[in-house]
Parts: sequence; structure tokens; C-alpha cells
Amino acid sequence: MPTEQTKSRDIADHATHGVEIANCFGRPLLPNRGTPLNLDWVRDVRINTSAIERRAQSHAMRRTVKKDWQAAWLLRAITCMDLTTLSGDDTDERVRRLCAKGRHPIQSELEQKLGIESLQIKVAAICVYHVFVETALRALEGSGIHVAAVSTGFPAGLSPLAERVAEIRRSVEAGAHEIDVVITRAYVFAGHWQALYDEVAAFKQACGRAHIKVILGTGDLLTLRNVGRASVVAMMAGADFIKTSTGKEPTNATLPVGLVMARAIREYAQQTGMAVGFKPAGGIRTAKQSIEWFSMIKEELGDSWLRAEMFRFGASGLLGDIERQLEHHATGRYSADYRHPLA
Amino acid sequence: MSIAEKFVSMEYGPAPEDSKEALAWLDRSKRLAHYIGGEWTAPSAGQFFDTVDPSNGEKLAAVAQGSAADVDAAVKAAQAAAPAWQALTPHARAKYLYAIARLVQKHSRLLAVLETMDNGKPIRESRDIDIPLVARHFYYHAGWAQLLDQEFHGYVPCGVVGQIIPWNFPLLMLAWKIAPALATGNTVVLKPAEYTPLTALAFAGICAEAGLPAGVVNIVTGDGSTGEWLVNHPDVNKIAFTGSTEVGRAIRAATAKTHKKLSLELGGKSPFIVFEDADLDSAVEGLVDGIWFNQGQVCCAGSRLLMQESIAEALITKIQDRMNTLRIGAPLDKAVDIGAIVAKVQLDRITKLVDQGVADGATCWQPQMVLPARGFYYPPTLLSNVHPSSIVAQQEIFGPVLAAMTFRTPSEAVELANNTAYGLAACVWSESVNVSLHVAAQIKAGVVWVNCTNLFDASCGFGGYRESGFGREGGREGLLEYMEPAWFKNLPLLPEKQLAPKNNESGNALPSPSSWAATVGPGPSIDRTVKLYIGGKQARPDSGYSFEVLSSSRQLLGEAPLGNRKDIRNAVEAARKAASWAKMTAHNRAQVLYYFAENLSQRRLEIVDRLAAAVGEQQAVREVDLSAERIFAYAAWADKFDGAVHNPPFRNVAIAMNEAIGTLGVICPDDAPLLGFLSLAMPALAMGNTVIAVPSETYPLIAGDLYQLFDTSDFPGGAINIVTGSRSQLLKPLAEHDDVDAIWCFADAQSAAAAKAMSVGNLKQVWTNEGRAIDWFDSKLAEGRWFLEHATQVKNVWVPYGE
Repeated sequence: MPTEQTKSRDIADHATHGVEIANCFGRPLLPNRGTPLNLDWVRDVRINTSAIERRAQSHAMRRTVKKDWQAAWLLRAITCMDLTTLSGDDTDERVRRLCAKGRHPIQSELEQKLGIESLQIKVAAICVYHVFVETALRALEGSGIHVAAVSTGFPAGLSPLAERVAEIRRSVEAGAHEIDVVITRAYVFAGHWQALYDEVAAFKQACGRAHIKVILGTGDLLTLRNVGRASVVAMMAGADFIKTSTGKEPTNATLPVGLVMARAIREYAQQTGMAVGFKPAGGIRTAKQSIEWFSMIKEELGDSWLRAEMFRFGASGLLGDIERQLEHHATGRYSADYRHPLA
Repeated sequence: MSIAEKFVSMEYGPAPEDSKEALAWLDRSKRLAHYIGGEWTAPSAGQFFDTVDPSNGEKLAAVAQGSAADVDAAVKAAQAAAPAWQALTPHARAKYLYAIARLVQKHSRLLAVLETMDNGKPIRESRDIDIPLVARHFYYHAGWAQLLDQEFHGYVPCGVVGQIIPWNFPLLMLAWKIAPALATGNTVVLKPAEYTPLTALAFAGICAEAGLPAGVVNIVTGDGSTGEWLVNHPDVNKIAFTGSTEVGRAIRAATAKTHKKLSLELGGKSPFIVFEDADLDSAVEGLVDGIWFNQGQVCCAGSRLLMQESIAEALITKIQDRMNTLRIGAPLDKAVDIGAIVAKVQLDRITKLVDQGVADGATCWQPQMVLPARGFYYPPTLLSNVHPSSIVAQQEIFGPVLAAMTFRTPSEAVELANNTAYGLAACVWSESVNVSLHVAAQIKAGVVWVNCTNLFDASCGFGGYRESGFGREGGREGLLEYMEPAWFKNLPLLPEKQLAPKNNESGNALPSPSSWAATVGPGPSIDRTVKLYIGGKQARPDSGYSFEVLSSSRQLLGEAPLGNRKDIRNAVEAARKAASWAKMTAHNRAQVLYYFAENLSQRRLEIVDRLAAAVGEQQAVREVDLSAERIFAYAAWADKFDGAVHNPPFRNVAIAMNEAIGTLGVICPDDAPLLGFLSLAMPALAMGNTVIAVPSETYPLIAGDLYQLFDTSDFPGGAINIVTGSRSQLLKPLAEHDDVDAIWCFADAQSAAAAKAMSVGNLKQVWTNEGRAIDWFDSKLAEGRWFLEHATQVKNVWVPYGE
């Protein structure tokens, strides 16, 4: 069960509803409360795949950060990380290890060398299956790190709706701050937008005050047009975050998919004045990738999305590479992974 | 600022590309000489000029100022190298081009850094776009060098080629010029732009490193005067120029009296059309790749934004948001989008034009950004509320300035898009394949990018319609610019006597109007009245005069109407209105031509009869019989002169369409009044052009037979028009007419030179026999692809696909 401390922060989070949580090109934005389903908007989504791919490709060549700026960005990436373990062989002990790593993602010695002790770098959340929510909450007590639970029959999301909703409720009752849900991809293929909207709205309601991250399963959706439309419907239904993938699909978070989702978020922000967060997940393993993602988000959505409140990396291997890069930055020598504590 | 503070600010920070190697290269050769005959050659006059880094105004190097003597030395070196270079096997030439491509890749970073320092373009662009395209161009043309004999049998190189290139893509333009020239066996004298000579000199080093035979490539640096020497050098056989329309005009005029082949790639004011069903965010990104690429100093920059009214407001907001994230600054910074303008004078020009646009009523919007304190910078600029008549909608600004207008319907979009003297490129953004291809087909431009912008590849020809120039660079069509059919090059000039006046006692070259008295004298009876043929109707000449047509034995054969400039005007108007001919399917055009041949053969005897009086019976029979065959041949060609689908290294369909040029003025040869006329008019018509033909002065009465045949063969009125009269008097209004797209002149050398000189107004394409005697009776030479290639221009439509 959540401790008093995490509970009170939870409440504090929600007390901020109604005030600006982000801004997009100077326009203040409120948290997402959803909108009625607007089918015209969904059908009007236009995605030119080749142009999107070209932009994603050239973007990575247009922007780079070097030296101290690179170190700063990598540190920021850590603070936006949903450190994740979603394996069939997960155990309480494994989750506790992950939580410990989340509290202290960088060795103290390295922190000193970089002169960043004051930042108290830690990850944004630990993302686990429902059964480990309690373990994670205990392990993270007092850290301010959220616990996120994947839910709704993750990763396929094909169990009966009542069970999926009940699953969310259980995790929320167990104290999870954030719930990562998966949509029924079949609704997207069939264009059953009302069904998709109702499903996500039901999930949202079940989440109560917990933040809902809606996983679109972009690797399954296949076309960018599908990704764009599913993004819009999920936001209308009240998603706090939209998230690319389960990490279990053939392809997961790619920059073109990210670009489509980021632009959908921007469009939604401009149309409704409400901000939705973004979580690419799966396949982001290198420090360089994290910087590409950040710079793309910075360009498309602006600086206010470069915070844990609005952006998360769903990753398990990324932290290790970032640690190595940071050590290289501090020492000038290329690092080895065994030099950094395991998660 | 500490890491902790940067953690809060999340700024990009500087990311400079190291210029150490480039600086070392410059230091090694502080005073840079010409590269002539394989040697670094100091300027004969000992003069140098400075090239500066526009991002900070600092001198980079002193570069040789080419004098007439330097140019002469370079041309002589190229001439001397030509025979051995041409004697090499295609494979041997291919290996040299391949070696150059490899070396460009080996030295890619040095070339990119040098380019950025000299030009001011962001290193991202020189590194990721310019230099890779340079290497690709040489690889591609190494391939053509290998295949030349098989694919271009019977063609020979022009010889010595003079090439003048601009400052906006210095090394890339060099590659576009040199690669096809070398692949086809020419030798080269190239003058890089005054502002950006460095990479051309670095390239000279690559030629040396590749072991290219001395004199095959010569680089002479200098200013406009150096270029002028090169253009005017008598031993240069071909000029290839990329640059401003103004200079292009001067070069056209300067080369008019010579046999120099000419290709011009000039300015543009390219439309960027966004339909309401476009992916707007991607279209905005297309604009970034269009008008904010290379600081907008791009001849094909999408500088005129045409937005469908329904999405205009939303699009403008998106553009402004995007402009806010553009980064302007030191070009060597790897994360900079907009670098420095090439020179102060260009910066001043941009500033002045934008001021004028605002004075014309445009709204100017620029993002809040700090420009570097030193160097020549201009912020990305959006001009909205621009009207088609505004100077910023008409003139090429060549800067990061977008002029935005709206349209209501697809046809209005096309109308606005084509409302320009230029025709280089266009972008069409729409998710509907119907809309985008329909619009692409109607736009007068050499390149149309559908849902993409500024994609280039060696396999796809690049070049303009209208005042954007003529000739193509890249692809098969680009190679043809550097070659000529061997037979044509070896033709004798038309004998002098043919140039002498034939039908006039006074010796005046112009036929004089006949007096009424002259026609009632002794001689054969005048059995018919021949008129002009305009807009599908027989028309009396505006002048009200006729002139005598005499046989070779000075017998009066009849009288022909004496057309004048007003008849030409009327004929051009009629030809313009006959757009239905171009829109007709190729199959239907073929049907009309076949029918025309059928009608000709039915009236064979009477036409032979009349023609015999002028050219003798033997020739008359051959002309009429071969004419029927020639018409048949072009009827056959009408639906077979296909375009191509290219294979650039992108996922897309790049369609090369052979399009009609438009309205053609044709000065027909004297020597075969019927066959010569049809040898030119038929390929032009078969490809969908409309024609104003001036028949032979020897026997203009052939018009009377021809228009009766045209009338009965279902040619729509205006598709073909005939104006008889004095060649020299009719050539002028035709060649000068701004609504005529090309002039073909197949008469004496004097007429050819006049046609070229008079065409400068709208820079229409000019094709002449160079005063040479073509044997119209030899179908192998006087019929076929060579004629069709001149009757068409290639439009490349890029259509990326993917879902």
C-alpha cells in the first residue's frame, strides 16, 4: 500500500489540475480532461509516410549536442526514464534491484566528477507488472519515484473488458501512480473509433487519479496513418500520455512513429488547449538515441515536454549506455559496462 | 555554465565542426593558381583576388584572376588534350570518372568544410547533401562513360566545353557540369564563381590525384570578365552555364553568331502548392527543405507558397511555429539550419526586395532570433498577404524569404503557379494522387516534386522551362547536351549560292511585293489564289500584298501572300488557342497524321505536278513520296516516344515525361519545299506542339496544297499555321515573340544566328541547322529521335510513396 508520503504527493499532483502544465510555442496548456469523440478530426488525419520518414531521418542529422550539453541532456534523459522490467522471470528481488538502481542511477563518484550532486538524479518511474506494484512501492518509499503498472491484459490486451478494467482498479488500489494500458488494435484496423474511444475512456475512469498512459501498439498498427488516428482518439478519450509500444512488438518506438505521435499531441494541444505526455518505449537502447528523441521532441513540442511530467522513455537497457557515456564525459576514457552497477 | 545549469536550460550548445584540416589546406596554398593543362599556373597578369568566409568576413585565400591569356591557355590545353581523351576506350574514361568519385568520397569532409567556409552554407548541408550528391554524380556518369558507345551510337562529343557555375552549390554544380562532359568525351574549361572558387581548386587536386590526363579538366578562376572571355573564345564548342537569367541572356546573345552549343540553367520563382488534403506538418517541413535550404539561395527554391484558402490560416500558424525552431548561426555548427548569405551584395539585394515587398503591402513576419554579430545573415522571413503582382511574387529573391498567397481551386492553383516567366521547379502537396498528378502535369516546370522538396539525383534530369533556361543536367537527356550526331557535325555549310536572293531582280534579299502589272504579263496562267493559313482558316495577308514566286528558270509560278508581323501575331494567337491539340491523346494525334498521309497520297499527282514546276519533276516525285512516308513515320512515333521511370536512390517513382514544348515557330528549309516543311512540322505536331511555319522562300506556294490537306485531315484549327513571306522579316517577330516557346530555323547561317540573337527576350529554345545542308531525302538522318528530342522537353515528376 502506498505510504502517506507518496499519497500526499499524488494528491499534490492532482491539485495542480486546472493550472498550466506545459506550453506549446508560447500557448499555456492544461492537463488533458478529454473531449467528445470528433470523428471528422480522426478522419482528417493526414500522414505522408515518405515525408515523415525523411524528416525523421534528416532530423537526426540536423541536431546534435556536444560536451557538457550532451552530459546535461543525458542526465535529463535519466530523469525521464520509466525504468522497466516486464519479463516472465521477474521476481520481487529483481524488482527491488531495479528500484535501487532507479534511486541511484549514477555512481556517487561519477556524480561528483560531473558536479551534479545537487540535481539528485533519479529515474521518473519504475514500470512493472501488477504483482510487483507493492514491492516497488516499498522499495521506492520516500524517493519520489513513481510506480507504473502495465495493465489491461498487457501486452495483447485481449482479455474481456471487465477483467481489464478490474485489473486497472486493482493496480490503482495497490497504489500504482501510473497505469500503462494497451488498446484493442482491432478497433483501429476496423476503424471502430467509437469503440476505441469508449475503451480508453473506460480505462481512464478506472484509473481515477492515477495517470493513464495509453499504449497504441504502433508495431502492430503498422501504418503511420493508423498511428496518427489512434493517437487522436486516445487523447480525446482522456489519455494523460500516449505511448508507442509494449516493447513486445516486432518493431517498437521508431522516430517516424514518434514524429507522428508528437505532431498529434501538438495538434491536440493547439485545438483543445490541453497537454498530453508522450512515451516512446521499446528499442531505445543507446544514449545517442535518447538525444535524438529529445531533440525531436524539443523541435516538435518545445522544451516543456522535456520533463518527466510530459515525457518518458520506456526502457530497460538505455540507462547502462547513458552511464557509460557519462563516465566517458567525465574521464575522457571510453567506459565498459561492467564498471556500472547492475540494475 | 555548469552541467547542472545546462540540465535546467536544455539548450543545444555549440557543436562546431573542426576546420583544422581545411585551414591547413588553405595555408599550404595561400595564393591559389589556375589549374591549366595539369599544372598549377600563376595568372599571367599576376592578379589575385580574395575569397572570404561570409560567416565572419575573414579572408580565406587569394585566388588567381583569370585574364584573356589565362582563358586562352586553358582552352588550348583542353583542345590539345581532346584527341587523346576521345581516343580512349569508354571503359578507360569510365575508370577515371570512377576514380574521381572515389576520391571525392575519400576527401569528403575536407570538401564539405571548405565549401561551408567559402559559401556560408551549414555544414549539415554540405556534408549530407552537396558532397554525397557530387560523388553520386561521378559514379552515375562513370556508368554512362562505360555505356556510351552502346547507348549513344553515332554521337560525338562537342569538343572543348566552357562551363561557368554559380556560387550557391559550388562543387555540386561543378559535378553537374564536369561529369557528363567527361563521360561523353569532351574536355573542359571551368570557371567557378568568384565568391566560391575553393572547392573547384580542391577538385583540380582530385583530378591530379586521379591521374586524369593533363588538359582534360582546366579550372580558371576569376570574375565575370573571365567568364566573358571563356564564352567568347572561338575554340570553345559548347557553353554550359548556371546562374542568373540576366547573364544567361547575355551569353545567348554573345554566342548567337557562333555554332557553340548552349545550355542554360537559370533562375526560378518556383511555386509550392499546398492543397487542403495535404499532410500540413510535412508540407511545412517541405518548405524548410525548400526555401530555408541553403539560405534560400537555390534556383529551384519553393519561394512562392500557394495555399488553398481553407487551410491558409492553419498553415501560416504552423509555418511560424516551425520558423521559431530554425537555428541560424555559424555555418560550421553541426546543429545550425541557416548559415550565412554568400556576400554583402546578396544580403543587400534580399533586404531591398523584402522592403519593396512590404511597401507593396505584404506583411512581413520573422521569428525572434539573434543574428550573429559578424558576417552576412538574414533571418528566415515569411511574407503573407502577397499579391501576384507584388515584386516579391515575381522576382527571384534568392534568400530565405517565402511569399505566401492563396488559391481557391486546383485550376486557380495551376494558373497562379504558371503565372511567372520562370519554369524551373514546383512542389505539390496533396494526399490525393489524382489532384497531385493532375496539377503536376499542368505546371510549366522541368521538375515537379509531389509531397517532397528539393530531391536531386544524377539519374533525373534537372532544368527549366521558359526563362529558367534550356537543356537538362543529369540523366540521358543531360548527356545529349554534350554531344551531337556525328553526321550533323560533319555536314557541309549550305553553299553560298543558296543564300542568294532568288525571286527578286534587285538583289535585295527580301522578296518584293509584286505589282499588279507584273502579274498580267506573259507566263503561265495563275490558276489559284494561295492564302495564309491561320487558326484553321485561309486568311488574306494583313499587308494586302503578294509576291511573285519564280521557278529556277525564272518562270512565274504564282503569287504568294506577303505575310507580316501582324500575321505572325495572329498565327501565334491561334496556335496558343489550339491547346486541344496538346491535350489530345497521342493515339488520336497519330490518327490525324495517318489521315493526313492518306490525303496526301490521294492527291499525289496534282501536288507532284505543281511542285515539279519549282524543283523539277524528279525531285517533286521523290519529295511527295517521301513526305507520305515521313508523315507515316511521325504518326508511328506519336505514341511511342515514351518517357522513362528513373531509379534514384529513394523510395519513389520518378517519372520523366516527354512533354511538348508548346508553341513552335518553324522556319522551313529552302531546298525541299514540301519534304523539308514536313520533316520539321510533323515531329513537332506529333509530340503535341502547335506550330507556326514559314515555308520555303523558294516555293511558298506549297502552302496552298498543305492547308487543304490539313483542313481535310481533322487537324484542329490553329494546331498548324502557315505564314508565307520574307523569311528575314517573319523570323524577327516570330523569334522575338514572348508567347512562342521555341524557334526552329533551318535556313542559312545568317538566319540561324539571327534566330538565336532575337530569341533572348524570353530565352526561347532555339534549334537550327547551323546553316548546314541537311539531306532531307536521307531518312536515316532527317527523321527520328533527334527531331523528337528537340520537339519535347523532359519534365521529371517525383512521387515518393509509402504507407
